[in-house]
Amino acid sequence: MFRFEPRGEASPFWTYASPVLAIILTVLGTGIIFMMLGQAPLPAVYTFLVAPLVDGGGLAALAIKAAPLIMMGAGLALCYRTSVWNIGAEGQFTVGAITAGGMALAMPDAPSWLLYPAILLAGVLGGAIVAAISAYLRTELNVSEILSSLMLTYIAQLVLIYLVTGPWRDPMGFGFPQTAMFTSSAATPNLVEGTGVHLGCLVAPMIALVMWVILSKSVLGFQLRVVGEAPRAARFGGFSERNLVWVAMLVSGGIAGLAGTFEVTGPIGQLTTEISPGYGFTAIIVAFLGRLHPIGAIFAGLLLALSYLGGNAAQIDLGMPNAVTSIFQGILLFCLLACDILILYRVKIVRPQITTAEAEPAPPKSIPVGNQSNGTGQ
Amino acid sequence: MIFFLTSFFVSVMAASTPLLLAATGELVTERAGVLNLGVEGMMLVGAVSGFVVGHLTGSTILGVSAAMIGGAALSLVFSFLTLTLLSNQTAAGLALTIFGRGFSALMGAGYVGIKGAILPKLFIPLLSEIPFFGPVLFGQDALVYLSFIILAGVWWFLYRTHGGLVLRAVGDSHDAAHAIGYPVVQIRLMATMFGGAMAGLAGGYMSLAYSPLWAENMTAGRGWIALALVVFATWRPLWLLGGAYLFGAIMYLSLYVQGIGVQVPSALISALPYLVTIVVLAIISRDRRKIRLNQPACLGKSFYAAT
Repeated sequence: MFRFEPRGEASPFWTYASPVLAIILTVLGTGIIFMMLGQAPLPAVYTFLVAPLVDGGGLAALAIKAAPLIMMGAGLALCYRTSVWNIGAEGQFTVGAITAGGMALAMPDAPSWLLYPAILLAGVLGGAIVAAISAYLRTELNVSEILSSLMLTYIAQLVLIYLVTGPWRDPMGFGFPQTAMFTSSAATPNLVEGTGVHLGCLVAPMIALVMWVILSKSVLGFQLRVVGEAPRAARFGGFSERNLVWVAMLVSGGIAGLAGTFEVTGPIGQLTTEISPGYGFTAIIVAFLGRLHPIGAIFAGLLLALSYLGGNAAQIDLGMPNAVTSIFQGILLFCLLACDILILYRVKIVRPQITTAEAEPAPPKSIPVGNQSNGTGQ
Repeated sequence: MIFFLTSFFVSVMAASTPLLLAATGELVTERAGVLNLGVEGMMLVGAVSGFVVGHLTGSTILGVSAAMIGGAALSLVFSFLTLTLLSNQTAAGLALTIFGRGFSALMGAGYVGIKGAILPKLFIPLLSEIPFFGPVLFGQDALVYLSFIILAGVWWFLYRTHGGLVLRAVGDSHDAAHAIGYPVVQIRLMATMFGGAMAGLAGGYMSLAYSPLWAENMTAGRGWIALALVVFATWRPLWLLGGAYLFGAIMYLSLYVQGIGVQVPSALISALPYLVTIVVLAIISRDRRKIRLNQPACLGKSFYAAT
């Protein structure tokens, strides 16, 4: 038998070793799932996680998929550090794409120097406004931002479907649910010609860097972290929780809107009903896997981008449903959460005949509990 | 008119039942102090398990059982993470939803668009022939009746039995409950698994009776609406009934309006239930005192005991 014993403080080693262990366990778990689906596990894992990088253009594809994940992951890291549970990045991404796309469609002939900044601004504002609804609901009406941001995601997706099948549908599009292609002055510029690697791929790590500077080097970042970790201390310190919730929501929402903007003006080039394979939800995993650290989000974003490429590869080469991607992502988050116990607790082997033990207070609390019988005694 | 009302009420009951089932389960889970945000994932796994087993065996009873087992199995993963490994419940619940989405899509990949077993409507002889009241009250499938029985049972358990008192104590103060000697973790495990089984059952109702077929993401946010319903009911079981039927009616109306060809775009009407959820949450939660008085005090908090 074993049990968990509090370390008394966070283990710096396991803070960083836990995601590594989680990734190893996830790869093993994915192999087992491949095996249960009748694939040879090693070649299947190779197809899923290695092959997409080896063949030509793999790294470019990875960068394109990673850009929205890194951006939103870094924004959510800041948000979750503040204990603001914005899980509606997908909706903020969608609305950012809608407002940016609307701007692109409204002024197709405007010169690039005018149109492109206007599009970026519209996208950021779109995402931020959706997040602002959740922030308002939380600070003024006490509504859980978890539920409100998620409901807004469903609404955003339906509004997108309405627009591309209704008023914004391309009259020349043979009835497909999509808008006209955006003009070249609305396009996100490519960094490397012919690869599809666009400006967003460069902006994403920069945003992560900025988030890191804000979180760890500024007074604002300090306040955000205190509100997240010790709300009572924040109240005594005179920090306005209300304002900090607003900051966290607006920043993460605006970034998600920007990610949506890059996606529709870059790789996609128009609005369709399917502008995101769940980037906003995957970004939640990116934030956690990156230890709620914006720089960590860069590495985590690359790994999760790989899981999308792997899902496509598994679909094409092995004939498997690309739901493998979400399974991989789900298992990864499970394993990560499981391994994280090692940060605050150590595993101790105990002999099973021990039936009573001295109760110890849990690490975050300091109330002495004293002697008591074990939990199973009636 | 009678005909219209009859079909209206019958359809609303069908639309409300999965919400009621899932919310009843989540209410018990939350009353024990566990916030499981994975309802949507558990519903999807329940829906696919129920559909596949129902299709393969042709038995709806086995299908419904499989749905409950599927939901409970997923909640067991959640319990292991949050109760044994003390993970953050919000994150674990989200993981459950992401995983459940992918897992159900993978399991159901070969079953999209085919006919499955359909839960029969039970027409109680004579009584079901009464105009209006007959079909509405005595012409439903077994799960509709079961949802009422379970809700009444949960109310009775929570407020009229010693076990219910202990469960509420665990949710309100796990340290005190532990000090008296109650097995906090075991009680939370049972409550979470009950919630999982009920979410699975709700999913099974979707794929065996409501739709009845399997499609990816077929629950379309009902799991999240069920979570909102628990807040709406301020953690009191009987209030769930009103909430579930209100949302069932809105969901049915949004389908109905599309059916009769009112010139409102269907995508916008489909957004109505989600919009109403936000509005209703705002109305209920605005009263902070009411939430504070009714919300289990240890909701979402991890419990560590050195046993």
